[in-house]
Amino acid sequence: MSTRRFFLTATVASLAVLAGAAQAQAPVEIHWWHAMTGVNNDVINKLSNDFNASQAQYKIIPSYKGQYPDTLNAGIAAFRAGNAPHILQVFEVGTATMMGARGAVKPVHELMKESGERFDPNSYLPTIAGYYSTSKGEMLSMPFNSSTAIMWYNKDVFKKAGLDPEKPPKTWPETIDAAKKIRASGHPCGLSTAWVTWLLLEQFSAWHNLPLATKANGMEGYDAELRITSPLHVKMIATLAELQKDKTFDYGGRTNTGEGKFISGECGIYLNSSAFYGNVKANAKFEFGTSTMPYWPEAAGAPQNSVIGGASLWVMGGKKADEYKGVAKFFTFLSDTDRQAWLHQESGYLPITKAAYEKTKADGFYPKNPGRETPLIQLAGKPPTDNSRGIRLGNLVQIRDIWAEELEAAFAGTKTAQAALEAANSRGNAVLRQFERTVR
Amino acid sequence: MQKRAIYDSKLLPYLLLLPQLAIVLIFFYWPASQAVYQSFLLEDAFGLHSEFVWFENFEHLFKEPDYWRSFVVTAVFSIAVAALSLSLALLFAVMADRQIRGANAYKTFMIWPYAVAPAVAGVLWLFMFQPSLGVVAQFIRGLGIEWNPLLNGTHAMVLVVMAATWKQISYNFLFFLAGLQSIPRSVIEAAAIDGAGATRRFWTIVFPLLSPTAFFLLVVNVVYVFFDTFGIIDAVTLGGPSKATSTLVYKVYDDGRAGANLGSSAAQSVVLMVMVIALTAIQFKYIERKVHY
Repeated sequence: MSTRRFFLTATVASLAVLAGAAQAQAPVEIHWWHAMTGVNNDVINKLSNDFNASQAQYKIIPSYKGQYPDTLNAGIAAFRAGNAPHILQVFEVGTATMMGARGAVKPVHELMKESGERFDPNSYLPTIAGYYSTSKGEMLSMPFNSSTAIMWYNKDVFKKAGLDPEKPPKTWPETIDAAKKIRASGHPCGLSTAWVTWLLLEQFSAWHNLPLATKANGMEGYDAELRITSPLHVKMIATLAELQKDKTFDYGGRTNTGEGKFISGECGIYLNSSAFYGNVKANAKFEFGTSTMPYWPEAAGAPQNSVIGGASLWVMGGKKADEYKGVAKFFTFLSDTDRQAWLHQESGYLPITKAAYEKTKADGFYPKNPGRETPLIQLAGKPPTDNSRGIRLGNLVQIRDIWAEELEAAFAGTKTAQAALEAANSRGNAVLRQFERTVR
Repeated sequence: MQKRAIYDSKLLPYLLLLPQLAIVLIFFYWPASQAVYQSFLLEDAFGLHSEFVWFENFEHLFKEPDYWRSFVVTAVFSIAVAALSLSLALLFAVMADRQIRGANAYKTFMIWPYAVAPAVAGVLWLFMFQPSLGVVAQFIRGLGIEWNPLLNGTHAMVLVVMAATWKQISYNFLFFLAGLQSIPRSVIEAAAIDGAGATRRFWTIVFPLLSPTAFFLLVVNVVYVFFDTFGIIDAVTLGGPSKATSTLVYKVYDDGRAGANLGSSAAQSVVLMVMVIALTAIQFKYIERKVHY
């Protein structure tokens, strides 16, 4: 075994020497693992090609590694095997996992400083960059594709139910009232959601300026504890569980597989990510509108601001200095105003810099594309608080599963909202404590 | 007469065995031992921090009410799938074994589902039974039944059992058919002459002679249900609602891959490994005695 390894190493080494001699000027390769398919995959390829064409020193090589969890696992496995990519796209729920892996990742603010790139953290939109920064404002990963949760509604269904299609409901009582009218007009379902825990717990808490967890939702320490049993949380889930009985509200599953409920016209109102835009635009055979998420008027300070979803680019640790320089150059290239404005207008994701948002406004894009500014208004409406800056809970993927199980029990009527949320809270805390032990 | 094979050197037999041994060691024993080792560790996803915690992962596991529940779920699921797929396959095989027109076409169609990947089978059933869009779901709703596998645990279970059974019937069918065809015609004809009816012939002659096949299939089916059905569950229900379809193997996957909790996941696979070894041993020790070869 050891002799074989020796030969392998020797062969690889001599090949490397040969290759190096043959083309001393070969560009430094930078591997970028991502989870984008379809149109968004084209965007990634275009960005890489444009960057590679703009200079000869570095070469970005993007590779698709499956869906978000698969890409994260591929990155982790590669790191354990000692050949991680330089850039790894990780979804927002993996943030704490990545952050806890000191030594496995290279924080972006360090990377930019060490490679001497011009980098101003204040030029990024605070609600977007804040999600991926420390509580001191040091950026850990580069925001890439960001979205937030908004309300989608079917204008045709609204008309049929005798509702004003140009005046979407603003508060939860209004929304429930609208859903009841839709149901009464003979529709199979009034209201539904995608990503049930993201919508009804994470976004819900931020939007009502309630803590999801202590320690600024975990951003200030791994010893955060969940706080999802507040009276308003209970009221929200209890109300929806009651409405589930007559399909005024109809549970739509844990992920976005229930999107068909809206696209097919079954549900008149749908809470989902702003990145749903492409799908609705391509497939909905009705007039649709968007609006901000509903809120309970009795909550002081509501609506606050929503949090983001999507993914960011993490730089993996243990790479060579000139490779890091290339990554830094690429990040500068990505943050360019024109490029960000183009990305935002083409892909449906949100711009990450203030300048790109301003430019899109100046281009007159929003009046021509109604609804596209809704997520930005929601995100940037108010300066974020400790409850709405972001969420940094370890093993959040697992916690979301636990939350979803308990919410399902509440909607199925096998548990009361109170009991379900208490169980969700304590079971989630157990996972957090385990994570705390492993990152110490 | 010399029975021993003749080898000049003592080394040669070992050398000939080596490839097989290497495969077994590298692909079975080494990963299995890794899993056992992992089950004693508390580790973060990146393997940067690792702590030897003895049996803590197991303790946690058995204190978790969810884990016990997934035992029950697994029992219901495996009994339902094994019983349904074996009995239906036997019924179909007996039907196909008769002299009927188009028997070959019928047999071929029966075998097709086996070529479908588990996840695809899952998606196929999901499409048919998806509450808002599925063809069958709409029919069931038309009958006035409130079909909702997204929230109703029993409905979700019925759905995964159907998908997993459908997938396995072809395999069982194939073996039962082969088994039936190897039963000597003369025995059956003799019984017929003695005045035994079709039912009596089946239970007193065909079924006992088929028992080695049935036993083999029982073992294979149990292993199938325990390990190979998670693709179906993942595609159809994600183990939900509220863990109503989260079997042991699905929980291993969910905690390990999605939850990055490698210690617990490894502990669960060790438990699963012990269970399947025990089950197979029991099957060989007790059920095999009743099998006529």
